[in-house]
Amino acid sequence: MRETIHISISELRCKQCGICSALCPKQVFTQEVGKIPVVSHMDACIACRLCEMRCPDFAIDVVITGGEER
Amino acid sequence: MADYKDYMLFDKLPHTWCAGCGDGIVLQSIAAVFAEMELDKHDICLVSGIGCFGRVDDYLDINCMHVTHGRALPAATGIALANPALHVIVTMGDGDSVTIGGNHLIHCARRNIDLTAIIANNYNYGQTGGQYSGTTPTDSITSTSPYGHIEQEFDICRLAEAAGATYVARATAFNPVQMRKLIRGGIEHKGFSLIECMVQCPTHYGRYNRQGEAADMMKMMNARSIPAEKAKTMSAEELEGRIVTGVIVNKNREDYYTKYKRIIDAQRIREEGGSVNEN
Repeated sequence: MRETIHISISELRCKQCGICSALCPKQVFTQEVGKIPVVSHMDACIACRLCEMRCPDFAIDVVITGGEER
Repeated sequence: MADYKDYMLFDKLPHTWCAGCGDGIVLQSIAAVFAEMELDKHDICLVSGIGCFGRVDDYLDINCMHVTHGRALPAATGIALANPALHVIVTMGDGDSVTIGGNHLIHCARRNIDLTAIIANNYNYGQTGGQYSGTTPTDSITSTSPYGHIEQEFDICRLAEAAGATYVARATAFNPVQMRKLIRGGIEHKGFSLIECMVQCPTHYGRYNRQGEAADMMKMMNARSIPAEKAKTMSAEELEGRIVTGVIVNKNREDYYTKYKRIIDAQRIREEGGSVNEN
């Protein structure tokens, strides 16, 4: 079974610092000044979870369903 | 498996730190290590001082104590001696640990108290407006050194190593995976362990020194970092301005409580008229 990855960004907690969109190794996010980042290249995501770990505001959740346990 | 959110008070978020502040990355790493080790909340005690990083205890759902500026380590020493079964974690900033509480840090390391000190180093006093601290690099601009800082900075890890700490490690906010590994190593280590986490302060230090946004500061931090194994083969000139990351010291030395208990137990047996095996 293929795994599906879902990235959710909390609008309440995000402070738009731009860390996730600048440091994502696969450039999954796009962000405009004054707005929260948008997941625009979901197919490129490799589920490394670095955005979740580097988010200083606990705003990003990466949920992986199906596939092998990692 | 436990989730880091189980150890946090999520309803208190969003937190008070500025946008892009690296303290949140360290906080998440601490909570993630608790979850990874599946520690009981009653077996952990966290002591924090004053400063940006002293606010860590507000967002954690564990036993916490918030003490005066620079005095987190003496309070933690008391807790560690009164209840040696606890995992005592001390969270401090660079101002708290080496500038105002510098004396306590070296003596805690010398005594080898069984606790884990996690220091977030952002090179300045962020909460009060970006004044210089003991770790501010020479020539950098802060609100109290507008023409460049004159003094030489402290290297926290080398200071702790010289004072006798038995586990010393350094991680950067750019590499949260390594940070988790090192914090876990520190908690599992018996004796005084110190983990220095390099974090960015984009509001004060970054702005004064024109280092760009939070992500730019993190990239710069990564470009400057060098593994501890490789650093051993390099000269002092080559290491100038570099951040040595990884486990720097890991050795075994009997901790304070073990020695103390042996003396107390021997005394108790003597008082009761038994014989003591002296080695």
